[in-house]
Amino acid sequence: MELLEKTDKIHEELLKNFEEKINRGDAIEPKDKMPDAYRKHLMRQMSQHAHSEVIGMQPEGNWITRAPSLRAKQILLAKIQDEGGHGLYLYSAAETLGISRDEMISQLHSGKAKYSNIFNYPALTWADIGAIGWLVDGAAIVNQVSLQRTSYGPYSRAMVRICKEESFHQRQGYEIMAKMMKGTKDQQEMAQDAMNRWWWPSLMMFGPHDSESPHTGDAVKWKIKRHSNDELRQKFIDKTVQQAEVIGLTIPDKDLKWNEAAGRYDHGAIDWNEFYRVIGGNGPCNKQRMAHHIKVHEEGVWVREAAEAYRVKKEKQLLHS
Amino acid sequence: MTHQEALYSYCLRLGDNALIQSYRLSEWCSNAPLLEEDLALTNFALDMTGRAQALLTYAGQVDGSGRTDDELAYRRSERKFRNNLMLELPNGDFAFTIARLLLNATYEYYFFTELRKSADETLSAVAAKTLKEVKYHMTHATDWTLRLGDGTNESHRRMQAAIDALWMYTGEMFETDEADALLQDKNVAVDMAPVQASWKAYIENVLKEATLTMPADGYMQTGGRKGVHTEHLGHILSEMQYLQRAYPEATW
Repeated sequence: MELLEKTDKIHEELLKNFEEKINRGDAIEPKDKMPDAYRKHLMRQMSQHAHSEVIGMQPEGNWITRAPSLRAKQILLAKIQDEGGHGLYLYSAAETLGISRDEMISQLHSGKAKYSNIFNYPALTWADIGAIGWLVDGAAIVNQVSLQRTSYGPYSRAMVRICKEESFHQRQGYEIMAKMMKGTKDQQEMAQDAMNRWWWPSLMMFGPHDSESPHTGDAVKWKIKRHSNDELRQKFIDKTVQQAEVIGLTIPDKDLKWNEAAGRYDHGAIDWNEFYRVIGGNGPCNKQRMAHHIKVHEEGVWVREAAEAYRVKKEKQLLHS
Repeated sequence: MTHQEALYSYCLRLGDNALIQSYRLSEWCSNAPLLEEDLALTNFALDMTGRAQALLTYAGQVDGSGRTDDELAYRRSERKFRNNLMLELPNGDFAFTIARLLLNATYEYYFFTELRKSADETLSAVAAKTLKEVKYHMTHATDWTLRLGDGTNESHRRMQAAIDALWMYTGEMFETDEADALLQDKNVAVDMAPVQASWKAYIENVLKEATLTMPADGYMQTGGRKGVHTEHLGHILSEMQYLQRAYPEATW
């Protein structure tokens, strides 16, 4: 009994340390004591983030072989490699919470873990590669810049690194759009069409309005989340509207207007039915993305088995030599 | 054949080899058995696209036509391509891709080691840069050949099948023609005999260590130098060149 009381006391003390650290604004490190809910929240968020980077390689990879110039191909190849690298980096960061990459991948395949809803939309034309870089990565950056100050150390450090590369991605996307808007009528139409299709899904990337967001409460208290969904969405809209104007693209929102008093743009209503429909599995590409990831994973089994068999064989040889 | 024509043909051949190989490797994006491998293979594709850019740009200058690297890559048709047939074959399974990478990167390693000594400054500079990259491609392919050859029964079987299927395409790498002879006289082109000897010795060693059998030399496929390709090249070009062909007025 005495022992139980003692461990309870230690437990309490450690949790008090956690809260004090959070309040002081110090980072939480893998070996620090943390509440289970904090750990679970991060596992969910970080694995989702890693999966998003990896699934996002599919719509973009879809255009590598058709990239219209050698330079465009190089930039796209480099960009997708960055995304894959971010995925690896985030998987490793998430592993510090006590979950393996294999477990995270099987959670993805079972549907328990999610990835960003935006990648359930198809990349139909070359302009979509521009729109993904400019709008999708542009929205992701706003979120990730905020996450650089998130309370979990490994996640925050990953974000600092990732943000540097993401800003290059956004410029790359914007450059494609700008070039097309300066180009032929066909190119301009292609660019505007991509804008029309990607604008609203990009706004949805920030998640439901603050009043509707189920995870916000604890995440804010623990300083995992430093800004609300609506604050981040607003930041994205304000910077993007001007960028669109510069190159002559129209934002597909007839209610969008500058609000002088508030010093920001007011936007039209977001179609949350579409958001929940796509999240619920009925987007244009949900099944395709997951089926592809599972197929590739299964086709690779023999390769991973061979690598493991070879490693074991070599280890044994080393022991006997 | 003039010196200019020979040099153009030589650059085109090297440029097309890089371009077509990069195309096939880039197809592994989001298709590789491990995320790490996805990154490695597309990174090699990136190296090769850069090499194609340098060599095709130079080809356009040598030719005097003023054609850019993109014009040469995206506006030439099947019969004008000069790459080796092996490089345009579909990726097959991971073993096939690794086997091809081993055979070709080893060839490129010895080839560019020699080309670095070329009297042509541009070719020598491209060779110096390529050599750094190719060393890594060769090491990577060697490591995987050992793992797959000496891994499980299945990986061994797949790796042996890949080497066997590719062997008849290896002769073409060492073919020489009038352009080679002309450029060799001026110390511009590489003497292929020692390249072939070094290549064979290295491949023999790796296959042996990987418990694989080196196939006997039989009939060797040929045609790339004359622009007579496999049926696969046309499909590569129709995909790769689609935007440039569909919107000839556009710049991207």
